[in-house]
Amino acid sequence: MNLLQLSWKNLVNKPLAMLLSLVLFGLGVGLISLLLLVNKQLEDKFEKNLAHINLVIGAKGSPLQLILASMYHIDSPTGNIAIDKVKAFLNPRNPFVKTAVPLSLGDSYRGFRIVGTTAAFFNLYAAKIAKGKTFAQVMEVVAGAGAAQELGLNVGSTFKSSHGFIVDDNLVHADAERFYLVGILEPTGTVADQLLLTPAQSIWAVHEHGASHSGAGADDHSIRPLTNYLDKNITSVLLQFKGRNVQTLNMQRSINENTDLQAATPALEISRLYSMMGIGADALRWIALVIMAVSGLSIFISLYSSLQDRKYELALMRTLGASPLKIFSLIVLEGQLLAVMGFAIGIMLSHTGMQWIAGAMKNQYRYAFSSWIWLPEEGILLAAALGIGLLAAILPAIQASRTDISTTLASE
Amino acid sequence: MLQTTDLQFTYGKNALLRFPDILLQQGEHWLLLGESGSGKTTLLHLLGGLLSPQQGKICIGDTDIAQLSASRLDQFRGQHIGIVFQKSHFIRSLTVAENLLLAQKLAHAPLDRARVASLLERLQLGHKMHSKPSQLSIGEQQRAAIARALINQPNLILADEPTSALDDHNSAAVATLLEEEAKAAGATLLVVTHDKRLKDRFPQQIQLAAL
Repeated sequence: MNLLQLSWKNLVNKPLAMLLSLVLFGLGVGLISLLLLVNKQLEDKFEKNLAHINLVIGAKGSPLQLILASMYHIDSPTGNIAIDKVKAFLNPRNPFVKTAVPLSLGDSYRGFRIVGTTAAFFNLYAAKIAKGKTFAQVMEVVAGAGAAQELGLNVGSTFKSSHGFIVDDNLVHADAERFYLVGILEPTGTVADQLLLTPAQSIWAVHEHGASHSGAGADDHSIRPLTNYLDKNITSVLLQFKGRNVQTLNMQRSINENTDLQAATPALEISRLYSMMGIGADALRWIALVIMAVSGLSIFISLYSSLQDRKYELALMRTLGASPLKIFSLIVLEGQLLAVMGFAIGIMLSHTGMQWIAGAMKNQYRYAFSSWIWLPEEGILLAAALGIGLLAAILPAIQASRTDISTTLASE
Repeated sequence: MLQTTDLQFTYGKNALLRFPDILLQQGEHWLLLGESGSGKTTLLHLLGGLLSPQQGKICIGDTDIAQLSASRLDQFRGQHIGIVFQKSHFIRSLTVAENLLLAQKLAHAPLDRARVASLLERLQLGHKMHSKPSQLSIGEQQRAAIARALINQPNLILADEPTSALDDHNSAAVATLLEEEAKAAGATLLVVTHDKRLKDRFPQQIQLAAL
């Protein structure tokens, strides 16, 4: 019968008071920890997918939308641009451009986006082929690891794409040629995992079926550089610069001012996005802190009011040889027990919640989040929880340790 | 075994209580009588180390408990003095047996479940061992409180009005129990009471004068 068991039994003896304290504490901890988890993983995703891209060029519209659609694949594209207009960037001899990755977006297969691009795409995300080979011909597809697994695709699988990003049988390009899966990528932890990649010419082939077979027709399945198809459209171009200099710095402004194209800087748009999300996150954080404070108060009240009930018990323990320090420790321990249990409940809530959010995110955006990672911030949260438990218990504990045995026992 | 000399106590600035010197030998059974307000409970609390006197000595065995530091006094009380109160208080969240184990623990005695069981058995509480104190009758509660006072085999058993809340039958039973158990343990017993039913049972009596 040690102090810990005794304080546990004292708590269990008042199940409702304990429940209230635990629910409040768990909610506060859970909310804060969930915020930390979501925030951390979103930042991770955004950071990883930045892939050192300096500029994204696409059709006029919202710069954030352009970035979200072209780099994160979670929004609709802003529109199409003619290859003729961006041929300078696609030219391998451009002195400022290290990598230029053209993207043709707009089609999907069972909710997974099909991206028309070139082999340069793989270098952006350091993606390696795990199985099969990379695409070499029109209509050949390389699938991201996650997409292949979710869709149950393997090398040799074929499928027909559908128009847009939603799953609807009416939107399938029924009379178009089938895509043919030739390779699967290793998992990269980036957005590439969730995509189906194919030469840009495949997208045109699907959309132009039945029309003339000129250019990238069904007869000619070889792929030539995109600069050979100046009359065709793509969605956007991702650019990595060779270095930062005045020309590259001016490039964005001059594109936006002098052409009907739009250029957007990913880092800038993402930090704009953060600051917009930040307001909501701040509000939630404050709510969570208020809940934590209220839960601390509820622990304080429940311990304090239990003292009135238990003053004979405490005086009795003193007569049995318990020192004031022991009584003090008993009450503090009860507060700490509540805090630890509340923390455990909160962490379970947040990680279960994260799992739920991850499921929803996956269905909607094809983004994979993990729910059972542990953050160092959760250690800080535990320390804070113990601190609140101590703060709530310290006054009742002092009061209890000062109980005058004689007057308490004589006042019956 | 228990000896007080020149004991004085005052609550704040109120009346000073002077107590007659007491001398109890090891194993003796005494009754401390007095009207309400004569300071009986105060004296019992002084003897039990729950209060400290302003002046005077309280020797239990070779120890003057008036001179002990607070922490030594707590320890001494747990190990050498068993106290039975008028109303029996327990740790409500613990069972009867756990209450006794806690008493051993707080006195830094080794936990002895066998002794707890056999003591409760002897006081006819064996079947209530694992009940919460609130589930016991008043008479059973007082027996359990006696069991707790005895569990650490104290040299001195102090009982504060142990029978006043009980009916005649239970009163006699509790008084017998106290006598028997004190005798079995060789402990000195001092019963503070104004219960007239006990006067004939204990020939050795101390009368506190009304103030």
